[in-house]
Formats: sequence, structure tokens, C-alpha cells
Amino acid sequence: MKYVRPDSYEAASALLGEETGIARILSGGTDVLVQMRSEVVEPSLIIDLKHLDGMREIVTEDGGFRIGAAVSGAQLAEHEALCAAWPGVVEAAGLIGSSQIQSRASLAGNLCNGSPAADSVPAMVAAGAVARVFGAEGFRDVPVAEIPAGPGKTNLKKGEFLISIYLPARPERAGDAYLRFIPRTEMDIAVCSAGINLVTGEDGTCTEARVALGAVAPTVILVEDAASALIGSKLDDGALKGLAAAVEAACRPIGDKRGTVEFRTKTAGVLARRAAEIAYQRAGAKR
Amino acid sequence: MTFQSGAKRDFQVVGKRLVRPDGIDKVTGKALYGADFSAPGMLFGRVLRSPHPHARIVSIDVSAAESLEGVKAIVTGWDLAEPEDEAIRDIRDNCLARDKVLYDGHAVAAVAATSKSIAKEAIRLIKVEYEILPHVTDVDVAFRPDAPAVQEGRSDETVPEESSPNITRRFEFGHGNLEDCFAKADKIVERSFKTAATHQGYIEPHACLASLGSDGRGELWCCTQGQYLVRTVCSEILGLEASQLRVTASEIGGGFGGKTTVFIEPVALALSGKAGRPVKLVMSREEVFRASGPTCSSSIDVKIGMTKDGRITAGEAVLRYSGGAFPCETVQFGSQAAFAAYDLDAVKTHGFNVMTNRPKEVAYRAPGAPMAVYAVESVVDELCQEFDLDPLEVRLKNAARKGTLSAYGPTFNEIGLMATLEAAKAHPHYSAPLGPNQGRGLSCGFWFNFGGNTCVSLNINSDGTVGVVEGNPDIGGSRASISMMAAEELGVPYEKVRTVIADTNTLGYNDTTDGSRVTFAVGLATIEAARDAIKEMCGRVAKLWGIDEEAVIWENGCAKPASSNAGDFEPMSLADIAAIADNTGGPIAGHYEVNADGAGVSFGVHLCDVEVDRETGSTQILRYTVFQDAGKAVHPDYVEGQMQGGAVQGIGWALNEEYIYGEDGKLQNAGFLDYRVPVASDLPQIDTVILEIPNPGHPYGVRGVGETSIVPPLAAISNAVCRATGVRMTELPLSPARLQKALQEA
Repeated sequence: MKYVRPDSYEAASALLGEETGIARILSGGTDVLVQMRSEVVEPSLIIDLKHLDGMREIVTEDGGFRIGAAVSGAQLAEHEALCAAWPGVVEAAGLIGSSQIQSRASLAGNLCNGSPAADSVPAMVAAGAVARVFGAEGFRDVPVAEIPAGPGKTNLKKGEFLISIYLPARPERAGDAYLRFIPRTEMDIAVCSAGINLVTGEDGTCTEARVALGAVAPTVILVEDAASALIGSKLDDGALKGLAAAVEAACRPIGDKRGTVEFRTKTAGVLARRAAEIAYQRAGAKR
Repeated sequence: MTFQSGAKRDFQVVGKRLVRPDGIDKVTGKALYGADFSAPGMLFGRVLRSPHPHARIVSIDVSAAESLEGVKAIVTGWDLAEPEDEAIRDIRDNCLARDKVLYDGHAVAAVAATSKSIAKEAIRLIKVEYEILPHVTDVDVAFRPDAPAVQEGRSDETVPEESSPNITRRFEFGHGNLEDCFAKADKIVERSFKTAATHQGYIEPHACLASLGSDGRGELWCCTQGQYLVRTVCSEILGLEASQLRVTASEIGGGFGGKTTVFIEPVALALSGKAGRPVKLVMSREEVFRASGPTCSSSIDVKIGMTKDGRITAGEAVLRYSGGAFPCETVQFGSQAAFAAYDLDAVKTHGFNVMTNRPKEVAYRAPGAPMAVYAVESVVDELCQEFDLDPLEVRLKNAARKGTLSAYGPTFNEIGLMATLEAAKAHPHYSAPLGPNQGRGLSCGFWFNFGGNTCVSLNINSDGTVGVVEGNPDIGGSRASISMMAAEELGVPYEKVRTVIADTNTLGYNDTTDGSRVTFAVGLATIEAARDAIKEMCGRVAKLWGIDEEAVIWENGCAKPASSNAGDFEPMSLADIAAIADNTGGPIAGHYEVNADGAGVSFGVHLCDVEVDRETGSTQILRYTVFQDAGKAVHPDYVEGQMQGGAVQGIGWALNEEYIYGEDGKLQNAGFLDYRVPVASDLPQIDTVILEIPNPGHPYGVRGVGETSIVPPLAAISNAVCRATGVRMTELPLSPARLQKALQEA
């Protein structure tokens, strides 16, 4: 096994491109090291990128936030402006692991690990976050929703890696929220989850909405029908019922040791409804 | 054995919350656990495990592994000896399979190599040919006469003809005329319950370092609850003489009964013997789950009759426990404990051990009792609801007390159940208001406790300090408690006493640290050893003073003349006597050896408030109070710790912990991520109320306290959930998916 700490994005991309065995990017290491220890994966190449320019910084850009790929959950939680603009995304990232893990775990790592149950991903998808990818042909921007390909798989090409995540600027009266279900209160993996992002008009009518679900399909999914149930409403009981029904209809989970198909489906609807209520309140509106 | 301790003793040391002697080492990382031992030339062991739940081993080809550079030894089940004792042969076959693999994770072969990575590679190179056999992991399926036989010919004479080949033994307990007494009931409730297998969940995986020479002399350092048991079992399995195998117990990172047998020690010894070098073997967490001992899963039918004023007229239960792939007697304890809290005219329990293709069961804190008491206390609660009676009043009305003929045979002596129930009734928790979707549950619990074989040496050092040598690994703070009892009896400060755990060649045989026996039995032996040393010291002083031995008494840590008639002498302290021991006859020590009985049973009552999220089926524990009789709490912090720890393990058992097997017979959740023990944020502060009803069998009144506390939580929580939701759950764990479904169907 080789461990390399390249001094540029270009060098990193070249190493990844040339590697014939299993390569892994090390930023926080909270997934890679655990997988190695439990003998799930034995990489032949580990590339450490967290020292490269911008990897550990949060900068404002066009009113939004560019978050380096190795920025930890703890850094997110300490960034006041980010917390005010995107509380749902920050909370979602904050649910990953323990306090110790929070000082290492990153949004980009959570995304590239490819788990359909990744906590921060539904929140980022609901937020319309965009990933900046570096590869042999330079930079490209890809919506976060398009990165996961299935359990443990991404759509990144050989030689590509994430360098940042961009969360856009917020209009007035916007709010987001993320909820997951776990049988315990922490230190667990989502049985199912829901991220909601919405904007309201002055009278509290929902004008824009995005609804994303975790752990109910091979990848995190964006459910347009669920968003439609909210748009144009003031999140009255009928709209919330419609939301839950659209969410349940979109779920196509597996049944496994973590939860039955029925449980995941029903609970995803419950979580979406509760998250929508929180997001609505954060947007400054009252039901 | 009854001790006449006379007037109520005014304790000087016992009962105080003193600093634990092992605390600093443990928090600074200095303490040596099982995996911390290393030796020059040491090899690394690794075990190959079966991927099948049930299969015949057709062949094992180790040639490719053997020729790998760095591989120094490979062993299979056929490298082990032939113990006379059947139970030890079962342990051997559990450590390394012969003929058949009996569960997913069953050890098949092991290697020792110069590095961990070579050992891992060597394991991959071993080729095992299996003939797959039909498997069974569910206790009710295994109970059927047509079930696949896990092992043939293991049923004993207690098992009825034409039964399932997996039933190895049947137990029966009780008294009275069931038919007549059920006829007196105004209502009879019959229910069937199931509980999942749970694991002890100790943080430290099994680990050992073994060194066995060609001369048949061996050293073994390991993490265990009983080094003498390890010596007995390993010497039989390896064909060694017990005196030639010295076993030293490391510090222990939890056991809860799970470290009262061996899994890897004979394998490491066999590898070491073959390689001629020390071998270290450490289980991974996955191996711990797949191949160490969980407790039994169970299926229990309960029938109880009650009059409308709350008198239980009769009780009956049929208990089917899965002991895993081997005979197992745990169902006996469940059958005995089920109705122990009640004074009944007619009671009967029938217990069956059933083999399944699961790992061999190992003791887990009050083994067998929690699930039996869960079933009984659920039905009692249902009857209370039926007649709209206060569940505490009903327990008080039917509680076992001094003179009760217990459901399992003996007549109770001084017991603390009534006092415990009265304490619960008087506690503010019992009358605190509840909110919507909240409910309060209660349950009684019981454990026998145990005494057993015990040896203690107590040495008076020349500087006036005291060394206690005992033979039981300190799993719950016993070094502090033992030092406290020695200090109390000798009349010296606690800080002057140090208690150490001996290896198997340093002290006579001691039973394992189990059955909540250590504070009771080792404490008793320590007090007696101290008395032995006191007698010796008084004798020395009598000679110095030139008076009769009987004329010297021991008081407040000093030898004194018994009265002014004996003469006028300055009292001599322990330190004074120790300083001149050279001139009075040499070193001073006290000893005591005993097979202690009179352990004294222990009862507890738990109160629990829950809130249920009706949409998700999630249960939150809001408030929890444990009431338990400790006899005499030697170190109250540790007693409270035992009460809290048992409650927390029971909460895990009730809510989320379970061994999940797939249709393929493989364990699906061999790790702490999906085997969900409670985390700190899942729990409220567990409040404790210690009752002290002295045990007449111990000089200070001590009863064991380690196990009773895991018995009540299962029913207390299930009863609370029922009262919060109106739904009576009959299967554990009360996982959210199961509860959500039940609430939807209600």
C-alpha cells in the first residue's frame, strides 16, 4: 500500500489516473480508515489531499458558501453565517458520528463514500448544492444530486476528485431542515431520512421547495411530486398529507437488518412532514 | 454457615465511597488488558471461521498455507486432546470444530505467523471442503420433532420420546395443585412471548498470549473472569497437567458472564506448542459477535390466574431456550426464577434447552432469568390492568417473604422483596404525573447469588501495611471492596491495604468471578483470613507480655489486654507487631479456605417511565429508578454502578439489542453499529435506592448485587410501553419497526 501526499491538484489527479489498483482519497479518513480496519477494502494507493489550497476553508462567494472538501463538521458548526443560511445542511453534517468524528468528517467525504444513508447528502441535494470536481481536464461543476451512482459508487471519472461544495445564496424567507430516523439517539446510521428546503412569499405561501430522501433507494433521491405538494400551500394539513403521500410513493427501499420496507416508507413520510414544518418555521412563516 | 455478628455493627470503613485502587491506571492507559501482553519471538494467531451455519467438514487442505513464508504453525480440531468430561469436550469442539461446523463463525482452523498480514494471507490459503447441511436458528422451529438435527444423540433421559433431536434436557419445578388453584381465579390469562438473543457487549474482545514448551509447561496471559477455570479447561483440552499451566488474568474490560469460558486460549496454546514460540491471539469485534457466547433466545408460554382483588391463585410457564449449538442448562435458571417473587399455592415451570445453529450460549448477568421474569411480569401486569388494580399493591399482596416456599424449592430466609416494594411505593417516582403518550411500568426481579470455592491469603508486611492475595479477577471493583473489608476487620486505614489477584500457581483454587459471588465469598474469606492473622498477632503479643493468649484482645487495630486483670500493658498496633515479627516467630499471615454457602438471594424492583412516538414507534426512556436489596453495601458507588449497569443492559435488551439471522442462517449484525447497545444520550440518569436487609450468611450481611438488576427492565419497559400506548407487546426487542406495526394494527 502506497501513501502519497501530492503537492498539487494536478499531481493528485495524475496519480489517481495512473493507479491500477484500488485508490482512496484521504481527507477526514472517517470512512476509509474504518473500512481498512474492518478489512472491507485494502487500497493499494491512499492520496492525502487535505493540505492542498482551499481544502480546509469556507469562503463566501456570490453570497453563497464555498466549502473545501476537507472542511470538518466541527468547522461548519462554528461558521455563524453558514449556520444562519443553511441550518439544515449544517445539522445534517453534525449528525455524522461522534464529537471526535466531527473534527474530521467532511461533506465531500460523506458524499463520495456513496452511501444512500449518508446524512449530509439529502440536505445538500435539497439545498441545490453543487460539487466542484477536479480531473485530468481541469475543473467542472456538478450538482451534488448527480454524484452518487449507487451504494458505494459515484459518477466521478477516473482521476477525478472533489475539491469543494458550493451552497448558493439564500433569498428572503427561506429555510431548510433535515431529519433522520435512527433507533438510538446518536452514533448510528439513518434508517431513512428527509431533507427539505423551501422559500415562502410574504404571506407565507410556499413558492419554492425541494424534497430529498435518504436510505429509501439506491441513491439519495429528489422527489418533485413531494415538492409540488408544498408549493402554493401554507403547509396546511392537506399539503402536509400530500407531501407524506408523495414521499411514500417515491420510496423504493430494501428491507434489511436496519428496517423493513414498510417501516422505511412510512417513517420517511413522517420525517418529511416534520422537517417541512421546521423548514417552514425557519423561513419565518407560521402554520 | 451462620455468623453471629451480634449487635448491629458500627462500620468504620465499610459503607464509605473510597477511591478505587485501579482507577488511575485505567484512565491513564497504564492498566494491562488481554491484548497488552507481548513476548520476545511472539507470533500472531488468526482463526479461520465457517461461512456456513451447518455443514460437514469433508476436508481441510493446509498445504498452501503451510508453505507460505512466515507461517510457523497451523492447527485444526484434531490437534486437540480428548478430555474425559463431556462439557469440556463441547468447549473444545466450540474452540475448533471437528467433523461438523455448527454455526456461522464456528472456528475451523488457526494459524500462527510472524506478522498479522501473513497470518491473514495464510487463512485465505486454507481450503476447506464443506458438505452443506440444513440449518435451524429459530428456537420454535428447532423445537419441532422434524427440525434439522444440530447434533444427534444429545438428549438425556429427561426428554420425552419422539421429541425434537435438538431438545437436550427438560427441567421441571414447582409445587401445589395447579388445577384446583386455577379454578379459584376470576380470570386466567395465557400469553406467549419471544425474546431475541443478546450479547454481553463487553468492550474488550477476548485476547490472550500463550507460551507452551515441548516439556509440557505453559504460561497463559488472558482476559477472563476465572483463571482457574481457564487452567482446568485448557489443561484438559491440551492434555497438560494443571500445575504445569500457569494462567494469569489480565485487567478485564467487561465480561458480564461472557468470559466464564474459553474460545481462543486452547487454540493459542496449541499453536504455541506446535510453533515453539509464544502466540498472541485477539478476537476482532466481528468474531466476538459471531463466535463468542450470546445469551439464549427464548420462547415462553405463561398462564396465570388471579382473583378480582388481586390474589394470584396459580402460575404456570413453559420455557424454550436456545442454548446454541450445544447442550446448555441456562433454561434451568429461568424456570427457577420465573415466579420467584411470588408466594404461590400452586406453581409449575417446564424448561427445555433447544439446540440451534447459533454460537454456544454463555452466561450473561443473571443467566436465563430476565426473559422468564419478563414473560411472567407482563402477564401479571395484564391482569392488574384487567381488574384495574394498582400493580405495586398486587405485588405487595403476593410477594414472597421470609418463610415462603419458593417456586423453585427452598423456603426463603430473610429476604428484601417486601422492603423493596414498600420503598418503591413511597418513592416520589411512583406518584409523579405523566404526560400524553407516556406510561409507567414496573417489574420485580430476582437472582439466586452464589458463594463457592474461595481462598484468601492476607499478609502483614513489616512496615505495617497489609497485602491481600485473592483469586478472582476484579470485574466490578472488588479489589476496593476486599481491601475495605480487610481494613475494617484489622482496624487499619483502607490506604494501608492492597489487594492483588493471584495467578493459578500462587494461590489455591478459586471459582470464577460469577454468580455475584466475589464481594460475598471473597469478602467472607478475607474477613476470616484477617481474623486468622489477628489471632496470630494476639498470640505473639501474649508471648511478649508473658500472659495467656485469651487475655489479649484486638480492638481498633491494636492488641490490648482483655481487662485490667490481665496486666497493665500499652496497646500494640498492627504496625508495632509487624515491625518486630522477625523476633517473635517470623512473618505473619492469615489464610482462609472455604466452599461458601449462604449467599443470600437478592430482589429488586424497577420503575420506568417511557414516552412513545406513535408515528415512528420509537420509545424514549424518561425516568428510571432501581430499588434493590444489597444486604450491606460495602462500597455504595459500586453497588449503585451495578444497579445502573444492569438496568442499562436490560434497557438495551428491551428496546434494540438482538442477534439478527438471515434465511441463510448467517448473523447479519456482527458489530456495534447494527447490534445496538444504548448510548449515553439514550438514557436518563438511572436513580438508585439501596436497601440493606442483612444476609445472615455473611459476617457483615453482604449479598451479591451484580445480577438482579438486569432482570426487571425487560418487563418494566414493556409494561410501560403498554400503559403508554394500550398495546401489549409480546416480543422483544420493542424495536421501532415492530412497535410501529403493532400501533398501526391496533
